[in-house]
Parts: sequence; C-alpha cells; structure tokens
Amino acid sequence: MAEFLQFLFSGITVGATYALAALGFTLIYNASNVINFAQGEFIMLGGMLAVYFSQAGLPLPAALVLAILVPAIVGVVLEKLAIEPVKGAEPVTLIIITIGASLVIRGLIQVWLGKNTFSLPAFSGDVPLQILGATLMPQSLWVLGVTAIVVVALWYFFNRTLHGKAMLATSFNRVAAELVGINTNWVLFLSFAMSAALGALGGILVTPLTLTSYDVGIMLGLKGFVAAVVGGLGNGLGAVLGGLLVGILEAMGAGYISSAYKDAMPFVLILLILFFMPRGLFGGQSTDRV
Amino acid sequence: MSKNPYLGLYLIMAVLLVLPFVLPNSFYVDLAIRMAINAVIVLGLNLLIGFAGQISLGHAGFLGIGAYATAILSTHFGWHPLLAMAAGAAAAGLLAAMVARPIFKLKGHYLAMATLGLGIIIHIVVRTEAQWTGGPDGMPVPPMSLAGFEISGDKHWYWIVAVLLSVSVWASLNLINSPFGRALRALHGSEVASKVVGVDVVRYKVAIFVLSAVFASIMGSVMAHYVGFVTPNLADFFHSIELVTMVVIGGMASVYGSVLGAVLLTALPQALTSFEGWETVAFGGILMLSMIFMPKGLVPTLSSKFGRGD
Repeated sequence: MAEFLQFLFSGITVGATYALAALGFTLIYNASNVINFAQGEFIMLGGMLAVYFSQAGLPLPAALVLAILVPAIVGVVLEKLAIEPVKGAEPVTLIIITIGASLVIRGLIQVWLGKNTFSLPAFSGDVPLQILGATLMPQSLWVLGVTAIVVVALWYFFNRTLHGKAMLATSFNRVAAELVGINTNWVLFLSFAMSAALGALGGILVTPLTLTSYDVGIMLGLKGFVAAVVGGLGNGLGAVLGGLLVGILEAMGAGYISSAYKDAMPFVLILLILFFMPRGLFGGQSTDRV
Repeated sequence: MSKNPYLGLYLIMAVLLVLPFVLPNSFYVDLAIRMAINAVIVLGLNLLIGFAGQISLGHAGFLGIGAYATAILSTHFGWHPLLAMAAGAAAAGLLAAMVARPIFKLKGHYLAMATLGLGIIIHIVVRTEAQWTGGPDGMPVPPMSLAGFEISGDKHWYWIVAVLLSVSVWASLNLINSPFGRALRALHGSEVASKVVGVDVVRYKVAIFVLSAVFASIMGSVMAHYVGFVTPNLADFFHSIELVTMVVIGGMASVYGSVLGAVLLTALPQALTSFEGWETVAFGGILMLSMIFMPKGLVPTLSSKFGRGD
C-alpha cells in the first residue's frame, strides 16, 4: 500500500508537468491547428532560465517571473516569424518548422549555458512529508497546487472573459470568428504566449525534483504530446487528465514492471489508445480532424 | 512532364561513375556512401509521405531493426550476413504490416503521434536490451563476405551502394508511373474520391508502409555492415526527423528531390562541425528557413521556376 501510494505520488507530480505541457499543445492546436514540437523546449527554458536568473543573484520570485516571461516572448517571436508566414501550410511543413525551432532554442541554450545538469532549490524546503508510510516532497505540493490553480484560471479565462471566448470561437470556426470581428491574429499571438508560459511554468516547478539540462525538452515535450493526444487533441480537460494518466502509468510501470522501460510506457499507452479509440479518450466523435 | 523522366537517373549514374575518381580522399568517399544510403531510405519514405500523403515520424525504428538484426544474428548466432539482412527486412516488414491497419485508420497529427510512438518504443528496446544489443554503447558488426570474398573498405561499399541507389531511383520512377503509383497519388489527393473509383485505400496504404519499412531495414543492415558498428542513435527520434526532413526539403512527391534532400542534409552536419556548438542552431535555422520560403521543397520549387519547358 505504501509502495503503491509512493508510485502514485510521483506519478501525479510528474503527470502535472505533462498536463501543463499538454495544455500548451492544446491551446496552440485550437488556435491554429499547429502541433508545436517546440513545446518541450519551453519546459526546458523555464527550468534553465530559473536556474540562470537565480544563480545570477536575483531573488527567487523575480527569477521565476523572468523565467516565465522570456519563454513567452520566445513563443510570440516563433509565432510571428515562423508560423504566421506559412498560414495554412500542410501539417508536415508545420511539424518541420516547429522541430527546426526546437533545435534552434536547444542549440542556443547549449552554447550559452553549456551541457551541464542544473538544479533549483525546492521552494519550501526538502523535509519530506509522511503520508500512510509514503513520502511526499513539499515541492510536489507546489507542482500540484500551481497546476490546479492554472487549470481553474484557464477555465475562468475561457468561460468568463472576452479574450477567452474569442479564442474558443476561433478554435471552433476561424472564418466565422473573423466575420464577427475577432482578431484571429491576436488570438494566435496570445495562444503562443500562453502556451509557452504554461510550459515554462511546468519546467520551473519540476526542476527541484528532476534536475534540468539543455536537452530535457525532447522527452518532456513528447510526453506532453502523448498526454494531449490521450486526452483527445484540443480538449483542455482531456489534456489535464491525459497528463495525470500518463504520469501515473509511467510511475507505476517503472515501479511494478521495469524501470528501464519507464520512458516507453507513455508510447505503448498511446499506441493502444489510438488503436482502439482513434480520437483519444476524451475526443468526441463529432469533429473530423483531417 | 513531357521530358524523359529518366534523364535525372542517367545524370545520377554518370555522377556515381565519375565520383570515386575525383574525390580527393576517403573522407569524401565515406560521405558519398552515407549520402547514397540515406538517399535510398528517403526514396522509400517519400513514396509513403510524398506520394501517398501518410506521414511517419518513426522510420528510423525500421532502420534500427535492420541494423540490429544484422548485428545480433551474425554476432550471437553466426548467421550469414545476407540471411541476417533478409531476416531483418522480414521482421521490419512484418511489424509494419501488423501495425499498419490500426495506424492508418488515423490521420494527420494522430498518425504522426502513432508512428512516432512506434519509433520511440523500438529505440528504447534497442537501448535497454544490453545483453543482446550492447545497450547505449552499441555493438560491433562482423565484416560481410560473399562466396569467400570479403567486402570491406570504402571502395567495395561505394560500388555496392551506387548500384543500390541507381536501382532504387529506377524502381521508384517506374513505381510512381504504374497503376500502383497512380493509386497512391489518388489517395493522397482525395481518399473518398479514390474509394469511389474503386481503389482499396487501406490495402495500398499498408503496402506502401511495408515497402518503405523494408527499404529502411535493408539499408539499416547495409549501414551496419559498412560502418562495422551499430548504436541506438540509428533508431532514435532525431534520426527519424532527419529522414522526414530530407523528404520535405528535397521535395515531397519528387524522386529526384529525395536524392537531393538526402545529399544536402547528409552533408550539412559535416559542413557545420566547424561552428562548434552552433551546428544545432544552424541545422534548425536552415530547416525553418527552407520550409518558410520553399514549403514545396527544393526540386519542385526550382523546376517550377526554371523548368517550364513543357
């Protein structure tokens, strides 16, 4: 039981990071039908920049804000320079462009900050909590708490604010949204900024637990993508549940089956799900995504 | 196109014939061999992506199957290299056939995700099963000998891959102009319309997926024997992306584009090694720029600019 709880805790913690990444994929996918393969690099940027700014002497809160802001700007630049000019291109073209972007970001960070592995001190100490025989790091509570707040804030944004509703409208029907006067370019801009910020936030939160380096973005991004597809691409709630599911499955798989195959679990899961439910767990039947 | 479609093939064969006599040293011969190997893989992948319109982000996995089948069967079990190569091709083809039906019910990003997952699983298996594969460090591959004649060194391998490349270009050109190729292009254009005119869409998708997987696996075996060593990198996600990028940069649905894409992108990392640390940045930047300004790829863009001779 204690062992099971232990796996569950670590699964939910890392799953929350995947959920934030998956939300990032979802935001951009809804606004533009683009799968942003650079999403993982925003996670990496968040962690690496938080380390850099705090080592440069900034107080932690300021360092964290900057580590969210800079990736958001990078996301916006990516959208302006590389995504907007090729509007309506084939998925393969967009996939290559965003993969190119991820290489550029990863390469720049490697040149600038080197190949070392970095860590960040936990936000509120390293004394583990004991729950029914399992231990929980205080940092895990940070990850879960912040993710929960983000989910609620996003829900509020999409259901109660004008900008949020404009984004929803754009995701349902771009032309119709433009006809009623929504600036869809602004929506695109906003979705890249928000998605990058979400990814960066996840990267920052998880760095005290898992360490970071210039090349962690690939796996984190791919698993976020798995989570988004598990949840049914474009579905916000699905993205969060998908993230948690992927995280838990990975932790359970590592604990009970084989730790060497930890990284393979999400991909086995996604194949099984796609084979039997081609639109993901929560992707309805109504829309035809071609 | 009213021009003779084989002109490009004759040009490639001429270049292949002259090349070994003008290349200054073995570094360039090695590079040429790698270019040719990649070109054959990309020709197969382009049939799938460019002509049939079905993306695969996990093709390096099939390459890995071929390479490791050769390595493992000839090292641990003493199989004849050709037999090992055939076994690898059969395994890759069988796996592709098994997953193809469920996978090709998917479209667009879902299909990308599924093929990506398949490739990553193969990579992780290869990296993890260290008692068979040497794990992350890789394993040596014994040299190949045919009828007592040992194939070794750049010179032998150069002529082998040169023949393989010529045959593959010729076969691709014929294939795309056959009824099979026309069916592939039809289902790229409109799946519904192809069904209406009686094309068995699923059967063609499965067939082309298996064919391109077998292509990749055989070239993986060739690569393994040529280099004499295999590592899991052969099968990793980044390599899959490199292969897709070769298809796209050269030009989708262009046989000669595949060859050009493979040549350019094989040379690129070599050309960039002098920019220590910046090669990743440059590689990514070139990918982005070429897609933004030439989304159709090099050969179709250039031929529509200059080749209006029809």
